[in-house]
Amino acid sequence: MKKPITTLALSRRQFLLGSGGLAIGVAFGLPALTASRKAQAQAAGLAPNQWVSIATDGTVTILSPAAEMGQGTMTAMPLCLAEDLDADWSKVRVVQSGHNPKLFGNKLFNGIMATGASRTTRGYYELLRLAGAQTRLILVNAAAEKWGVPSAEVTTENGVAMHKASNRSMGYGEIAGFATVPATLPAVTPAMLRKPADFKLIGRNVARIDLADKTRGAARYGIDMRLDGMLHGAVLRPPVQKDKVASVDDSGAKAVKGFIKTVPLPWGVGVLADSTWAARKARDALKVTWANEAPAKNYDSAAVGRDYVAAAADLDLSKAGVEVEKHGSAPQNIKSAARVLKADFIAEHTAHMCLEPMNATARFADDKLEIWSPTQSPSIATFASAAVLKIPPANITVHNTLLGGGFGRRVDADFTLDAALLARAADGKPVKVTWTREDDVRNDKFRPLVGQHLEVGLDANNNIVGWHHRFAGESIYARANPGAFKAAGGKDAPFHEGAEFLYDIKDHLIEFARQERGIDVGFWRAVGGGYAKHAVETMIDEVAALAKADPVEFRLRLLAKHPRAQAVIREVAQMADWNRKRPAGRALGIAYSDMWETHIAEVVEVSLNRKTGAITVHKVWAAFDTGVAVLPQNCVTQVEGGIVYGLSGALKEQVTFKGGVPQQSNFHDYPVLRMNEVPPIEVKILVTDNPPGGVGECGLPPVAPAIANAVAKLTGKRLRHLPFNPARVKAALTA
Amino acid sequence: MQLNINGKTVEADAAPDTPLLWVLRDTLGMTGTKFGCGMAQCGACTVHVNGTPARSCVTPVSALAGKKITTIEGLSANGDHPLQKAWVAEGVPQCGYCQSGQIMTAAALLKKTPKPTRKQIVDAMAGNICRCGTYNQIVRAIERAATAKA
Repeated sequence: MKKPITTLALSRRQFLLGSGGLAIGVAFGLPALTASRKAQAQAAGLAPNQWVSIATDGTVTILSPAAEMGQGTMTAMPLCLAEDLDADWSKVRVVQSGHNPKLFGNKLFNGIMATGASRTTRGYYELLRLAGAQTRLILVNAAAEKWGVPSAEVTTENGVAMHKASNRSMGYGEIAGFATVPATLPAVTPAMLRKPADFKLIGRNVARIDLADKTRGAARYGIDMRLDGMLHGAVLRPPVQKDKVASVDDSGAKAVKGFIKTVPLPWGVGVLADSTWAARKARDALKVTWANEAPAKNYDSAAVGRDYVAAAADLDLSKAGVEVEKHGSAPQNIKSAARVLKADFIAEHTAHMCLEPMNATARFADDKLEIWSPTQSPSIATFASAAVLKIPPANITVHNTLLGGGFGRRVDADFTLDAALLARAADGKPVKVTWTREDDVRNDKFRPLVGQHLEVGLDANNNIVGWHHRFAGESIYARANPGAFKAAGGKDAPFHEGAEFLYDIKDHLIEFARQERGIDVGFWRAVGGGYAKHAVETMIDEVAALAKADPVEFRLRLLAKHPRAQAVIREVAQMADWNRKRPAGRALGIAYSDMWETHIAEVVEVSLNRKTGAITVHKVWAAFDTGVAVLPQNCVTQVEGGIVYGLSGALKEQVTFKGGVPQQSNFHDYPVLRMNEVPPIEVKILVTDNPPGGVGECGLPPVAPAIANAVAKLTGKRLRHLPFNPARVKAALTA
Repeated sequence: MQLNINGKTVEADAAPDTPLLWVLRDTLGMTGTKFGCGMAQCGACTVHVNGTPARSCVTPVSALAGKKITTIEGLSANGDHPLQKAWVAEGVPQCGYCQSGQIMTAAALLKKTPKPTRKQIVDAMAGNICRCGTYNQIVRAIERAATAKA
């Protein structure tokens, strides 16, 4: 759970000092300034902390700490600071912060800089508001002193401080011209923050700052980097991941006009050339023999899926598995239950398909590395580069560019490392590495292939007396965050997230049986929620059906202690007109998710072509409560985007492997949802005063189970194998 | 070779088989046109060639002599094409990466069919992928632009 900050105790070291009547408007950590530079700094205005500076012309510059990948964080986070600063939003300029975890790290990621897991707003919301409130107090106190009136008599509005009794006012810019940051900083606590009812910016649908540029081709993503003298790189990786190079014949590459050199890499072979196209042609002309030593060289996803289901269904913990969560005594209760429901689930690998393929740009000179990367984590990019190049992290500067989609893929540093290593071979020239779409698909950090087994014990009245949920698959954290994996005793938090729930089921056991087949898996939007909720929510429906209970009513009963959960379920049922009979061949399905401190319920209306097995989703309704919504309309479109991603994943997406080789490579054989396949989607936000939850992922988990539940209503058959593509649905119908 | 881009004749030094996309992006520094798939599957690289939408990732520059190329940078003088305004008004972009291509495809649609039905919109736009899932907002923005007073 999120720990609220009780006070913002910014020390003098963190908060910049004023001395001799002059404010020092410079960055943290610099040595004392000379008198002339102090004067210069004063002319530039007031910079009371690392987050904000106020120029004498009234411009308020606010730093945005998280990666902008489409979720609107570059607007939302600065807006939180501006709210309690009482700033004039039209004078706010947003700047992407540099990589400095000490100043800008996210407390929910142990202080590193990373964007994902729906943790940005949850991690920074209160901190940025406190920083705004403290800055406002400094301005108020400075104005009061100037006017010779008590601070308590000074009010602010929209970037202006006022003393109403004497009818005086001063803009923040004017105050910044003389104000100093006091030695003792004004204390601020959450109790002093503006109440939701008084918000002027938060919850008011302020327009995102990045929209216009993104309609003009003017927004700059990582792939758009251009530097003087820049070279272009491409990397050949093995067909089966982690294989080694046996021999390289680059005579063909050398014949390509624009080719510069071949660069051996730990994970393949790189080339440098004078254009993207030349680099690609040269790379494609490499003749590489591989050692055929890849650990996954026999990886066949169809067979592995069956193995994983068997591993999940084998309840003997001494063979495989760790206890993830245990409440009560589920296995014992299941043994003595009047009835036991059992179900096996598979989720195939999926690929992220960020529309901007992986890329990064780097320059290496004098043992210093400068990186421009569309990364979700400049911290991870820094640590990984330092380890591979064997240079201190302090020698690395990472600039976080805009991201053309993230979805969890860009947490990883592999594409950044391509640029870092090729730059080291480029004699100080900058190098941009651009992956092809085929590189991007075949070398994704895939969603894990997952086997799940559920056993649910019921008493004679069909009350749930035990819930046992087992997962099997390749671990995400064992690769991507081995420290956390080890510290958690082999639990893999992102892998099995979503198995926990708010349902009033006291005897609940969750286990994870890690499998090791040598395939890199990663964070795919909603991560565990994408498949764990498929299992949970279809099983809840199955129990409801057995108890002859309405799926909406059944959930409401199990969530009696959670009025926010009940509210979204009731709301979506009303939106979908749940009790209205649908035409023949149509049915509704519902599912609920409690992940990332956001409550969301979704209903889908589906029909089914029984001959082909093709599912049509005719409409989606969603209602969600994420607490305070900084940008409500943006939250709605985030949820809608999550639903579209979820529909695509539930109905179409899978990466299959044969002999360790991914069989898909581009949008023609890994189709994603297109506009002519998207149903009308109606999303309603229920704004409450609760602390903000996450919205980037919450739309996704209910989609697959809602579809499966609707299909079960139509056919009596349960869809337990993701994705629900026509062949698989047909097979389920005849099973 | 010479290319006519956004009403200007420009000289581009590139191998004839180079796709227009990479000449725009690398040689000419016009990065508004995006690379997404390299095989005409996603539409991120859409430009107009003589007014018709074309996938610049599979169009070699050698095929473009004497033809008029329009990119997102040349769609309007000040980024104020009705579609661009509608995109902002409807808050369409999320990551925004596909939107240059979406807007170029939509602009060609509206030129040919100024008052498209929803079905005409969806059919015309089906070649453009948006991974963030802004499809329904795109439809609304096109409808808004189509009904906007000139």
